[in-house]
Amino acid sequence: MSASTPAGRRQIHLAAHFPGVNSTTVWRDPGSRSQIDFSSFQHLARTAERGRFDFFFLAEGLRLRERKGRIHDLDVVGRPESLTVLNALAAVTEHLGLAATVNATFNEPYELARRFATLDHLSGGRAAWNIVTSSDAFTGENFRRGGYLDRADRYTRAAEFVEVARALWDSWPSGGTPRTVRHSGPQFDITARATLPHSPQVHPVLIQAGDSDEGREFAARTADIVFSRHGTPEAGRTFHADVKGRLARYGRTPDQLKILPAATVVLGDSEADAQERAAHIRRQQVSPQTAIATLENVWGRDLTGYDPDGPLPDVEPVPDGELAQGWAHMADRFGIAARWRSLAEEKHLSIRELAVELTARQSFIGTPASVAAAMDEHVQTDAADGFILVPHLTPGGLDEFVDRVVPLLQERGVLRTEYQGRTLRDHLGLPAPRQEESA
Amino acid sequence: MTRELHLSVALGSAGPRSAAHWTGLVQLAELGALDFVTLDDSLDPADGDGRLDAVAVLAYAAARTSRIGLIPTVTTTHTEPFHTSSALATLDFVSEGRAGWLVDVSTTGEAARAVGRRDPAPAPELWAEAADAAEVAARLWDSWEDDAEIRDAGTGRFIDRDKLHYIDFEGPRFSVRGPSIVPRPPQGRPPIAVVLDAQGRDGRWELAARHAEIVLLDAAGPAAAREARTELLKRAGRNDLRVLIRVTESPDRLPELLADWHAEAGTDGFHLVTTDPTEELPAVIHDVVPALRARGLFRATHSGRTLRDHLGLIRPDSRYAVRTETAL
Ligand SMILES: Cc1cc2nc3c(=O)[nH]c(=O)nc-3n(C[C@H](O)[C@H](O)[C@H](O)COP(=O)(O)O)c2cc1C
Repeated sequence: MSASTPAGRRQIHLAAHFPGVNSTTVWRDPGSRSQIDFSSFQHLARTAERGRFDFFFLAEGLRLRERKGRIHDLDVVGRPESLTVLNALAAVTEHLGLAATVNATFNEPYELARRFATLDHLSGGRAAWNIVTSSDAFTGENFRRGGYLDRADRYTRAAEFVEVARALWDSWPSGGTPRTVRHSGPQFDITARATLPHSPQVHPVLIQAGDSDEGREFAARTADIVFSRHGTPEAGRTFHADVKGRLARYGRTPDQLKILPAATVVLGDSEADAQERAAHIRRQQVSPQTAIATLENVWGRDLTGYDPDGPLPDVEPVPDGELAQGWAHMADRFGIAARWRSLAEEKHLSIRELAVELTARQSFIGTPASVAAAMDEHVQTDAADGFILVPHLTPGGLDEFVDRVVPLLQERGVLRTEYQGRTLRDHLGLPAPRQEESA
Repeated sequence: MTRELHLSVALGSAGPRSAAHWTGLVQLAELGALDFVTLDDSLDPADGDGRLDAVAVLAYAAARTSRIGLIPTVTTTHTEPFHTSSALATLDFVSEGRAGWLVDVSTTGEAARAVGRRDPAPAPELWAEAADAAEVAARLWDSWEDDAEIRDAGTGRFIDRDKLHYIDFEGPRFSVRGPSIVPRPPQGRPPIAVVLDAQGRDGRWELAARHAEIVLLDAAGPAAAREARTELLKRAGRNDLRVLIRVTESPDRLPELLADWHAEAGTDGFHLVTTDPTEELPAVIHDVVPALRARGLFRATHSGRTLRDHLGLIRPDSRYAVRTETAL
């Protein structure tokens, strides 16, 4: 399927995210069910397939996060292992792509290439791998390799990891005989024959989710999809232009890399109704305790003495405060604190109001018609190629979207009404895997 | 009165046939009310048609079956114990309590070179490491107490962190801090299985005595089997261990043979090792199983839901929950 219909409208690619460890899932809501039971995963996956989504997406975290030396207890926490869940989902879905986030630092290419090839075989060509690159020693305490990988080396290892995996995927043509792969590099030294012949997609679809310059370059060279954070139209267009602009260097065209920002949707029968629901959800997402914790992550110090309904702390952040472990690295803590302070002063926000303002803004709020129009506009104006939808409720959080918005997107001619192909690569309109780098 | 016999089947390892093929075999085994199937695996480069990942195949089959136990082989030599424990706990979740783990090691140079992380090592060292991996898995499965998820709106807490535990395992080959990412699986701990030879007394025996709840025993005859089983139970110092004799006979001679062995060897049951499951499994289910039922030796349907139910194994408490109570 090409990126545009005859009428010239670009097609929207949709994915469903099953939120794992996170602070935005509203678990107090009576509609919130298990984060772990297979029935929950099955519900969200089948909803996504009913909505003709491209794929179902699972994130990963390999150590429980800590604050002040103790396990963080305010977030949704606990999740099953992705590839095993996805293999089970392959049995209860037919077309939906199945994407697992798996770290390149705490795995070995031979084993992981085989696990993804297996998922691709069992699902008939629906596997995708989101390659992430944690290098922290905190996570490393659960693994043989520990955390000795320098931050600067993370994409070096990821690139070499993918190179080896690709060589393995390529090495056993269907109906042919397996070739031996020999690789000797700074990270890996292996001699191997693949355990499996070509899977239906040969290479699973590759996803990248980092945002640094190295991350973007890695995406341009390697990935089929970028999972981005840049959900607003302006930021989306800038990011889109930047990353797609890097593709020509690798002999690739803009259609060969799909940029899918995370997005959240709140629907209402009127605009006002939707805004009201959105505000209600935001308050549910940010409890008083979570508000304090949000600030502590930036301030790097204990702020439990402060009133969540009062003004921001009158103290400055601590340099290198090791208060929280397992969260994304915050490069510019002082800059962030200063920006938050001025935002709070400008809008007269309490700690909790600020946290609500910052951490839980929905991307699309409106009636089904206005949301469908806004999503379409995003995609037609190169702010994104589609969206990875993150529901605030599991597992029923996308039911309403699929019932009310999907038909409107289909009417607009920007979302398929039936799957055209069998594989995830078909859904994404991607060419056969590129094999030039793995020779 | 005859003791009920446990019956299971080895499906070999999963060549890259369709998912439907493997699922069909597992469904057939379920139809016969067998306790479980095993599926072999290793990281050795495959001969012939290739080999699918066993946990993956059984996870797929789990979604299309409801009673049969599912025991994949996962080797410990070139894998991460943390990942292995998570994958098996997850197999237990997707199957609603039907997962087990057949522990094995990899001694080959080929696998070592394919992974490229370490040189081949002698078997005794690898089995000692496998025992450490089993210990780590068990601790990680226990590391969330059963009621750790509290969803307490008043305090904003999703979990009670006092019910989550670091495991702090330190061994010669690896260390793991914990706790698990996956909450405690439905069975508490998916039962650990190991293949033993009645003749040898190698590192596998240590692992079996300390960690296994299912032993798949190779024995030359009923007397050797009886002796090995007695010794094993003594070494283990516990009776929650099911010893199943591995049997590679052709299906037509099986009912007679199994009845004799069961009477003479005092075993808990049999693990039928097929050379070609596509050929042999239908005969097992349609001929052997009814013949055993006719002798009053085998159940007509699964009476419980989990693998532990089928085997009559209790669901263990988390070791950490016990410790917390005694400390109070
Ligand atoms: C949208 C998005 C989602 C991510 N999801 C995960 C995840 O599930 N697990 C993980 O370990 N890292 C995740 N990451 C972290 C990245 O893989 C990467 O380690 C991090 O962004 C640092 O790389 P960078 O400096 O290139 O941004 C995610 C990053 C982004 C932007």
